[in-house]
Amino acid sequence: MSGFVPHGGGRGVTGWLVCLGGIVWREALRFVHQKERFLSALVRPLVWLFIFAAGFRAVLGVSIEPPYQTYVLYEVYVTPGLVAMIQLFNGMQSSLSMVYDRETGTMRTLLVSPYPRWYLLSSKLTAGVVVSIFQVYAFLAIAWFWEIRPPWIGYLTVLPALVLSGLMLGALGLVLSSLIRQLENFAGVMNFVIFPMFFASSALYPLWRVREGSVLLYDICRFNPFTYAVDLIRFALYGQFNPFAFAVVAGTAALFLTIAIVAYDPSRGMMMRRGGGAG
Amino acid sequence: MTAPASDSPALVVEGVSHAFGARKALSDVSLTVPRGRFTVLLGLNGAGKTTLFSLVTRLYGNVSGAIRVCGFDVRRTPRPALARLGVVFQSRAIDSDLTVMENLVYHAALHGIGGRQARARAMQMLERTGLADRARDRARTLSGGQLRRVEIVRAMLHGPELLLLDEPTVGLDVGARQAILTAVRTLVAEDGLGVLWATHLMDEVEPEDRVVVLHKGVVLAEDSAAAIIARTGVATIRDAFVALTGERPVAEREAAA
Repeated sequence: MSGFVPHGGGRGVTGWLVCLGGIVWREALRFVHQKERFLSALVRPLVWLFIFAAGFRAVLGVSIEPPYQTYVLYEVYVTPGLVAMIQLFNGMQSSLSMVYDRETGTMRTLLVSPYPRWYLLSSKLTAGVVVSIFQVYAFLAIAWFWEIRPPWIGYLTVLPALVLSGLMLGALGLVLSSLIRQLENFAGVMNFVIFPMFFASSALYPLWRVREGSVLLYDICRFNPFTYAVDLIRFALYGQFNPFAFAVVAGTAALFLTIAIVAYDPSRGMMMRRGGGAG
Repeated sequence: MTAPASDSPALVVEGVSHAFGARKALSDVSLTVPRGRFTVLLGLNGAGKTTLFSLVTRLYGNVSGAIRVCGFDVRRTPRPALARLGVVFQSRAIDSDLTVMENLVYHAALHGIGGRQARARAMQMLERTGLADRARDRARTLSGGQLRRVEIVRAMLHGPELLLLDEPTVGLDVGARQAILTAVRTLVAEDGLGVLWATHLMDEVEPEDRVVVLHKGVVLAEDSAAAIIARTGVATIRDAFVALTGERPVAEREAAA
């Protein structure tokens, strides 16, 4: 063991980057190893696209509204919503894995790393976002063959939007993971978080259509941050920037991340409450 | 980073109390783990061993008292304290979907050790624990005893000066238990590591070990096993434990089975 010992958690900036890289690498490895997870992450939006959207195509044409310059088919309209759905599920999936990690010792070994907790959580978040972006591009590639072909530049301009929306949804997952005590409660998250967020948003239908149906629902959609994640992606996919959606998504991401960091802070006791049963 | 004297003990716990709501888990606990000694934290299930570990590893902030790892206060200077600390938790931290080496590279990264250095270090530690030929295997193919040894390798990757182990032999057969004890005792002897080994299994204690008896959140004795035995006027550490706590280590039979 002679000569070793890098106390202080690695040297300088390199050490921090190694730590971030390691966390992202592990998340990616886990994703690749869990083939069912990869498959279901891809199949879910495709089922929506191939079946749901095809069925609605006849019922729901979408008229000209930004960012689209012509009438668009329903499946074209719904694609950005499905992209956001991939990230929503992925964010919840990472929070599920955080809860799982806590039941095993993995979370503990993460938190005894000498790097500050906010950095570890942000790294974990980044890892989730990277994985979600891979899923999104895989989905967009398949959608291309389904005649959903945004301009080429859109594939590039959507990237920063995906980073931001991924951060927001991942940070939401972090907050939830700090609140959930056990894995079993996760079904509740599906019912009370994922489904309402997805359905009460502009993912499946334009908000003006929602308003025709119910003004109350329209208002709920307008206060749902997921609506703005969808809008941000929708505009970015067509090479356009939606400043209001950007502001809402960035603000919400910052808010959720702050809450998560506070929730995982050792001195504030959220972790402590949970440790109640331990000997 | 100010460096406290390098001769400060591996771990010092001073007057630490902790409560979960109304239930007091630790009352005014003080103990010392010197460098180069195998220190046993002896207590039944529910004695407060895991709570103490959670405080030392800063999973919860310690509410009262002080905890110092190699002279670094865990609360005030967590980074240098945590960098000198290796932990084997009761619950498994090895990802069974990944290979042994992938797991170790990840954990080295958590301490800022990357790439070639991480691999070399992991390989060196695997060789020392007799697991070098399993490096490329998925963790799920390893036996319980082998996994525990991988956990020790994982905890040692960043060259800690204090190693905490929370009931590391629970659920293992006699041979595997012995292999782990031997591995850790070797680290103490060869590397001058300070070890805090939490257990309720009395037969893991050797006469020259330092023993801290923790019972219902209170430290009842802290000395070498031989000295505790002599002071209580009995023949074995088991009898000394019974004399001190007034309780039989019932759990021992279950765990050994």
